This record gives sequence, structure tokens and C-alpha cells, in this order.
Amino acid sequence: MSEALLEVKHLKKYFPVKQGLLGRTAGHVKAVDDVSITLRPGETFGLVGESGSGKSTVGRTILRLTDKTDGEVRFKGTDIHSLSAAEMRLIRPQMQLIFQDPYSALNPRIRIGDAIGEALLDHGLCTKAEVRSLVLEALEACGLSAYHIDRFPHEFSGGQRQRIGIARALILNPDLIVADEPVSALDVSIQAQIINLFSRLQQSKGLAYLFISHDLSVVEHLCTSIGVMYLGSIVETATRDELFLHPLHPYTKALLSAVPVPVPRLKRERIVLTGDIPSPANPPSGCKFHTRCPFALEVCKAEIPLLRDAGAGHLVACHLA
Amino acid sequence: MATDIRVKEIEGIRPGLRKSSLMRQSLRRLMHNKLAVAGFAVVVLMFVLCFIGPFFSPYTDNKINMAFMNKPPSLKHWLGTDALGRDILTRVMQAGRISLTVGLASMLLSVFLGSLLGAIAGYYGGLLDQIIMRIADLLMTIPGLPLLFIFGALLSEWKIPTDYRMYIVMLMLSIVNWPGLARMVRGQMLSLREREFMQAAVVLGLRDRRKLLHHLLPNIVPLLIVMATLNIGGAILSESVLSFFGLGVMPPTPTWGNMIDAANNILDFQNRPWLWIPPGLSIFATVIAINIFGDGLRDVLDPKQKR
Repeated sequence: MSEALLEVKHLKKYFPVKQGLLGRTAGHVKAVDDVSITLRPGETFGLVGESGSGKSTVGRTILRLTDKTDGEVRFKGTDIHSLSAAEMRLIRPQMQLIFQDPYSALNPRIRIGDAIGEALLDHGLCTKAEVRSLVLEALEACGLSAYHIDRFPHEFSGGQRQRIGIARALILNPDLIVADEPVSALDVSIQAQIINLFSRLQQSKGLAYLFISHDLSVVEHLCTSIGVMYLGSIVETATRDELFLHPLHPYTKALLSAVPVPVPRLKRERIVLTGDIPSPANPPSGCKFHTRCPFALEVCKAEIPLLRDAGAGHLVACHLA
Repeated sequence: MATDIRVKEIEGIRPGLRKSSLMRQSLRRLMHNKLAVAGFAVVVLMFVLCFIGPFFSPYTDNKINMAFMNKPPSLKHWLGTDALGRDILTRVMQAGRISLTVGLASMLLSVFLGSLLGAIAGYYGGLLDQIIMRIADLLMTIPGLPLLFIFGALLSEWKIPTDYRMYIVMLMLSIVNWPGLARMVRGQMLSLREREFMQAAVVLGLRDRRKLLHHLLPNIVPLLIVMATLNIGGAILSESVLSFFGLGVMPPTPTWGNMIDAANNILDFQNRPWLWIPPGLSIFATVIAINIFGDGLRDVLDPKQKR
């Protein structure tokens, strides 16, 4: 196994809840509570979980768009949260982000050619003369045409804009791309195109992805390993095949049973979760999932289950598994 | 057909060919607004009249002619003469030069000050924001006109030479006007800063200067253009009010405001309307035209503010 590209250790991100006239901190929303991820070059780690589970915050904290509360984010061995602003700026091209909403991720007043090329110029990675041909190359690599270069974002469809966002990240030759639900705002037919683009780029450039999604079928297609998040913590993580064939955590089982299968006669055991995800400001005691778990025991309410190895790197945090 | 497609592709690739198309689109929409076009035409007409007109006049604005005192409009003096026998038409045009210049210059200065300070406050936040915005608040708590009167009275007290007063009046108007602009620009900055494309700019590792000048500023330019246009009208009005009260630009330098001062006298007001109607109409027409044009601009450039 090669050296890890990204190592997230015990990452925590708490947002303070201010109250009253003086802005007293009344408590914390534990958006991310002890998350560890290891990602090697060329691999894809899928982070799945329902809305509010903190998966986007993980992605944003890894890129230092928000500050961490505790823990460590090591990118190529350097703790990026300890870098100065200037050092951080220099390392930024190596780790890029694809946004969920392709409509708001592009500045409406900047031509897409400029939007894609400006970071190269700003970092002095190429000369003014070269930038246009590099932009054209990136456009082509992302399935766009040369004549798109002088257009404004409003002239494109959602799928095209997502391609522009990918081209903008790609032109910097990053090693890591954090994709924050990159296809959830797109039509299903376009989703497939974008996912294929992702995997094609990965093969040709050796990119590593941290792929954040709530759609397991999307993740299944792309990822080498998968982590399932619930209420700020990873409850189960394993390689893709292992997770899909032998899910151990009841939450993972419930998620998997909710994935539609195109075989109508197939009888499956369907685990339907009741209720909503609890508030991360006031998480349940013990196992955070016990309020919705169909198999919960007394021990689940009292004791927090730790992530333990169930064999061959398959980690699960459940008393029952 | 094949050649057509090729031409299209070359057009797309060559830089600069489709530049300014966003502005051109807005312009096209503006042209459909007849009222705004009319407003713009009146403003242009005013400028042309004031800046080129005096060259065709046989009179100079300050030439006193005691033989032609207080004459009503005639073929020789189209708009009559004033108490010192000066040609009203020539003076109205000369006054327009001053009034329009003061309006334009003070607008430019207040837009520059307001957008710079507002942008800094909104973008950097923190202590800098606090200092700038508290100064702005302080200036905004004092009603504009009384503040200008105090400034004007001080100028008279210090016996500032008439030639300089025009420039100081510009400065005064800008000082009164920038806080409102700064506040608006700051608000825009605060909301733009949280937009996803600014997050993207952070991830791309762009420099602050590029973020400010290439990403944020172009997004507030439409608002600035609209505010600036409407501001000119306001500045012309304020200058006129000051000059009317003898606290702005001083005679013998004519401005529309100090020419209306003639209406201050009941005899002139009742018997010699040619003294005050031309400058009054000029102010009225110019300010109305600018406001109509500004409204049209706003509808085109900043559709969110449309009522």
C-alpha cells in the first residue's frame, strides 16, 4: 500500500450556539464528531449519509473552508490546519472542490474561459499566452466545446455547468478532489454522464476523490471504499464490495434496503426507519442511532459503541454487529 | 454551410470578439424603455447646450451692460437680461456648466469613496468595518442639508476665495453622500461574500486582490451605476439649494441655484419671471430627466429592486 494522500484523524467540528443578548455560547452543534478517513492516491472514498449527518462539513473542513475544532487533517503529510494563510494558498491548487449546486458555484459575471483559467494565472502556473490553450484542453477533457469559452454561466445547462466546475478544478492538476454531492442537483440522465466523466478523469489523471453523496447507487459506481455517516460520526466503513455484500450496522442495512433494485419480483427485506435524524445539538445518549434502530437494546442507550474492526478493515460502531 | 460553422467556431475561439455582451444586452433592453431614452436625451441635450452653447453666444456671462438692465425676452436677448444687463441665456448655460460639473464630480467622488470604503468594510469585516461604518453612521445621523449649511457658513466665515468654493462644494456634497453608498456596497459585499462562487474562489486559492476586483466588484457595478446616476440629480439639487441660500458657489460665478436667488425678491418674482424661470426650469428638467433615466437603468441592471 502506498503512502496516504489524505489522512483525517479524529476530526471534530462543533458550531457554537449563541444565545441571548450577549451572544453567550449556550451549547454546541456537533456537526462532525470524531471522523477518521484515509485516502490513498487514485482511490475514491465515498461518504454517505442522510441530510444533516455532517458529510458536507467534513468535506469543507478538509479543505479548510471552515476551521476545525479538534483533530487533524493531513494532506501529503502536512497538517493543513496549521499552515499560514499564504502557505495554504499555495497548497490549494492540489486539493479542489466540486460543488453541489452548479448554478451558484460560478460567478455570473465571469466568462467561463476566464473562470477556468484565472486560478492558473493567479498562481503563476502558466503564462498569459498559454492559458487559452490550456483552458481549451480542459474544456475538451470535460466534454465541452471550444466555442463555449467566451460564454457566460447563464448560457449553460446544469450538466454543462457542472462540467465547467470540474474543468475549473481539473486545470490545476489537483491530487485530491472533494466532490460535495456533485450530481444530486442534476437530472438522472445527466448524472450518469457526470459520473462517467469522474471515473474517466480518475483513470487518466490518477485523481483521488472524496465523494460525498446521499445516493448509494452513485457511490457504488465510483468508490473503492465507503464510509457511512450518521449524526456527525462514521458508523461503518469498509471497501465497496464488503459494505454492499455484508453490511453490519443496522443503519447501513436500512440505507441499502432503500436503494431501488430494477427487479420488481425480487422480494427483499425492507428496513424502514421511522422518525427524523435527531438534532446534532442534543444527540441521543449512548449509540446515537438507538432512537431509530429497530434492534436497539438497553446497552445501546447507555454505552457509546466504538469503531472496531470486524475483519479485513471493515470497521463498524455497533454493539450488535 | 460548412464554412458558416467554421466561421462560428473561429469567432468563439478568438478572444475579445464577444466581450461586453452582458453590457450590450442590458443596453438593448434599456433602448426599449422609451421614457428612459427620453430622459437620457434631455440630459445629453443639457450637457451639449451648457458646454457648447456659450461659444455661439455673442455675450459673455459676466459682461455688465447698464443700458440693458432687466429687459424682458427679445430677439436680441432671447431670455432677457438681469439687473446688471447680463444676458440670461448665456448665464443659464454657463451656470449649467458649473452645476452639472459639480453634480458629476461630487457623484464620482462619493461613488469612489463610498464603494472603496464599503467594499473594504464588507470584505475584511472586523475592526476596520466597525471604524468605517461608525463614521458613516455618525455622518448619517446628522441631516444632510443642515450639515451642508454649517459647512457653507464656515466657508463664508473663513473667506474662501470664490474660485475655490466650487471645488469645496463638490467635496462637501461627497462627504454627505458617501455613507449611504458605502452602506449599500457593504451590504452587497456581505451577501456576495457568502455566495458559493466566492467559496470556489477560496478553494482555488485566488489572491484577495483578484477576489475583490474580478469577482466582487463586477457584481456590484450595476448597482453602482444606478446609484451614481440617481446621485447626480441629488447633488445638483443640493448644490442649487446651497447656492440659493448663498452658501454654495458665490456670485458672480453663475449657478442655477444662485440665479434663482432673483426670485427671493418679491418685485423680481412678480414682474420679471424671465430672471428665475429659466434656471428653475433647467434644474427641474435636468433632475427629472436624470431620475427617469436612473429608474430605467435600475430596471435593466438591477431587476431585483424593481417595484
